[in-house]
Amino acid sequence: MTVPEVRQHPEHLEWVGKSIPRVEDPKFLRGRGNYIDDYEVPNMLEVAVARSTMAHAKILSIDTSAAEAVPGVVAIVTSENVTDHVNPMPDFGPSPDKHTWYCLAVDKVRYMGEGVAVVAATSRAIAEDAAELIEVEYEPLEPLTDLLEALEDDAPLIHEALESNIPFQRNFTFGDVDGDFAAADVIVRDTLWWGRSGGQPLETVGAVADYDAATGMMTIHVNSMSFTHFLFLLANTLRVPSNKLDLQPHPSGGSFGAKFFEVKTATIAAMMARITGRPVKFMQDRLDNIANGDHHGSDRYYEVELAAKADGTLLSTRYKVVDNYGAYIQFGVGQHGNSLAQAVGPYRMSSIGYDLTAVLTNKCQQGAYRGFGSEVGNWILERMVDLMARELDMDPVDIRRMNFIQPDQFPYFIPTGNVYDSGDYEAVLNKTMELSDYKGWRERQAEMRAEGRHIGIGVCTCQERSVFSATEFWFWFDEPVAAPVTSAPESVTLKVDAMGAVTATLYSNASWGNSPETMVAQFVAEELGVEPEDVSVVYGGSNQGMPATGPGGSRFTIMVGGAVEGASQSIRAKAAKIAAHLLEANEDDLVWENGGFAVRGSPDQRKELAEIALAAHMFKHSLPEEIETGLEASHVQDHPYTTMPNPERTNLGVFYPFVGHASHVVVVEVDPETGRVEFLDYAAVHDCGTVVNPRSVGGQVIGGTVQGLGSTLYEEFLYDEDGVLRTPSFAEYLIPSAMDSPTLRVGHNETPSPYTPYGIKGGGEAGRMMAPSAICAAIDDALGIRIRRLPATPERIVEMVDAKD
Amino acid sequence: MSTHDITVTINGAMTSANVESRRSLADFLRHDVGLVGTHIGCEQGACGACTVLIGGRSVRSCIMFAVQADGADIQTVESLAPGAEMHPLQEAFRRHQGLQCGFCTPGMLLRSLELINDNPDLTAEEAREGISSNMCRCTGYQYIVDAVLDAAAEMRAEEG
Repeated sequence: MTVPEVRQHPEHLEWVGKSIPRVEDPKFLRGRGNYIDDYEVPNMLEVAVARSTMAHAKILSIDTSAAEAVPGVVAIVTSENVTDHVNPMPDFGPSPDKHTWYCLAVDKVRYMGEGVAVVAATSRAIAEDAAELIEVEYEPLEPLTDLLEALEDDAPLIHEALESNIPFQRNFTFGDVDGDFAAADVIVRDTLWWGRSGGQPLETVGAVADYDAATGMMTIHVNSMSFTHFLFLLANTLRVPSNKLDLQPHPSGGSFGAKFFEVKTATIAAMMARITGRPVKFMQDRLDNIANGDHHGSDRYYEVELAAKADGTLLSTRYKVVDNYGAYIQFGVGQHGNSLAQAVGPYRMSSIGYDLTAVLTNKCQQGAYRGFGSEVGNWILERMVDLMARELDMDPVDIRRMNFIQPDQFPYFIPTGNVYDSGDYEAVLNKTMELSDYKGWRERQAEMRAEGRHIGIGVCTCQERSVFSATEFWFWFDEPVAAPVTSAPESVTLKVDAMGAVTATLYSNASWGNSPETMVAQFVAEELGVEPEDVSVVYGGSNQGMPATGPGGSRFTIMVGGAVEGASQSIRAKAAKIAAHLLEANEDDLVWENGGFAVRGSPDQRKELAEIALAAHMFKHSLPEEIETGLEASHVQDHPYTTMPNPERTNLGVFYPFVGHASHVVVVEVDPETGRVEFLDYAAVHDCGTVVNPRSVGGQVIGGTVQGLGSTLYEEFLYDEDGVLRTPSFAEYLIPSAMDSPTLRVGHNETPSPYTPYGIKGGGEAGRMMAPSAICAAIDDALGIRIRRLPATPERIVEMVDAKD
Repeated sequence: MSTHDITVTINGAMTSANVESRRSLADFLRHDVGLVGTHIGCEQGACGACTVLIGGRSVRSCIMFAVQADGADIQTVESLAPGAEMHPLQEAFRRHQGLQCGFCTPGMLLRSLELINDNPDLTAEEAREGISSNMCRCTGYQYIVDAVLDAAAEMRAEEG
């Protein structure tokens, strides 16, 4: 595909840009969210999963006799017969046959918590009783959790078929890296560790499956998974025809990536529904979700070099990164595509070296977590820019400012091939400086330090890429052209009924803490001149639905905005024909204004949308022959801008083109004795193009920032050297409380995208993609240390202070 | 499995039931009574999504047995807006977007109600500390604090 046309955005918008109250809120506030665990059907069974107690072991035998004898148990499937019932799970990476993944462990267990059996019973409690009675005989194998040990020749193998623990290794060069390093005056080097955290939404993943043997239809109610255009993959896993699988979406109680194409829960429920012939619910408990939820975040070790001229001009970065994917690798190394989408940050750098090694170990596998790996890239780059500032004795703000890509350089292609559509980074930085009173804080910092207080100020300037295209996945295959250019679509159907009331149908699992219904209501209001609260938003099942991808990669608002725009155009086009007939006017003389069509120059001669809709529904035979009854239109919004990677793998192509930006300034006080970090001030200015609902974007920024804070200071899925998961509950895996969280001052800058409806860019992942960089810089500044490993827990901070003394 | 006859008052209505000894109050409310607004997040008393009020005091219903609630006066989120009008607290949460996914919201509302009933003049600091009993993974808490303060002011005005 070619570069999309530059759009002319409307100058006046009625609804886009207003902080209207969210239309989805009343049901949640009344406790009527219709979450998946609220959904029950008659004759329903519930399942519990028996989990491995070992990190790495051969399964010698499984005895289910005691479990089967428990009254109320209906069916049990174990590692020994799961392959009789289902095919392997979907796997997006190269060589899925080398690390085959089923919904239960097969032949051996590869991490503590992996499922070895599933019990369906008349209640969850009975299923759990029975699961505990299942006896598994194991032959222990040597556990492996350390990513560097996984590279050693004599390391135990996680997947024998792979013949190593390295499912992916390749050294990529984008631009003239050697030349840039040779031209450098200064090179700074460091080793950095990003610890493994995860979304941990308060609601876990669940599914209710029902198989109709008469029709062959498998219906699964889910709170995870979108990708309706990819569901043939799940149909293959379940061994049902792709046209006999229907997913019915339920709002999800938070995701942050953790419900992004989470397919195992639905697979287990569906497998048991077919075996038992009864509806089956599988609702993960918290331990299932933490230990076996397939959505841990990145777990990376970096050796990084940053090259610059003596005046601070940044030239190039060389990354050597090892990523600990755990026992399987469902999305391949897609998380690194996300890092490479914005690998130079907001800075002019002409080359990037990226030596990537993925390893497999005895941990739960990675999935998605808000940022999908790009948040790690941001942190690494900002850590290195801070190190360069220190090396050159420059102010961290000055070195950033002087290297910014300038407003007149957009669209700007970065060395990896992705494009930044637009931006004004200096404007964002200036607003943040003002909002935070940076200069004032530097003065106060000097005074407070004189009193013996450990005050630190941290600054970051980071990118937020938005709207992924799956085309990036082709990059990781060895074949020069793995597949043709693709899309990641989103669809909507708008129906204007006989009364002129509008129903919008969405086709993905769109509601997971973002504001899909509010966004769609605001768009429909803008396009059709109705009130947002009068728009009814419903969700369609996948089988009768249209292609949809759902939230992820900060894509949903832009894509559904395009879908609403397209469907509205079709509705207005038909409405114009009807209005022309009713007004006995020429269609070309009509203008659309204030929710109706008027004759140009005669504003009194007009028909409201409701009048047109009544005619469209009721009086077809009084209308021109070609007009059919009804006023309804659907639109598929395809990815607006994506291109292929090149065969040499020196250019990824365009796959994440709408790139937002943010700057955070953080002021902390740290207690060097206890490692406690207290936030004195937190200012964040974000530019996600045209803002649809400022309050809701503000909420995403604040919530994302607090999640970033969690990954920075507290959260880690910690496995010890024996592969024992040391953080199996919220008592050990510490998510921030209100008392750990700062009060933010949030500002918005708006640099509209030239390529998207209204100029919107994604903003849902932003806070988490910035906070770690700014917070670490502030702690460093407070204590004169350098944080190189996350999370920087209080213990680790105290260790760093002690090591310095 | 032994069972027990219990009688409880839920949102003002008296109910009798026969429950298994091990039935948690949360499961009883959700699955036996059908009040699904009480949510379950961790089942170990850490997250607070299952918070209900018993005699006006907040309780983690996931770590209390239904049989222990025999004779209790229980209030769930469904009590806040029995009709068309929402409670001032719910309205304030909506005005300030003190929720995103809505899963912690019922517990957060009931805990906030307890805080305001205890201290109608609570400060931002007290509101923040007060809700730190309950986890929210979406909002970063800030808009919740704003909502609690605004609701307290509304409720004071209604009282006065």
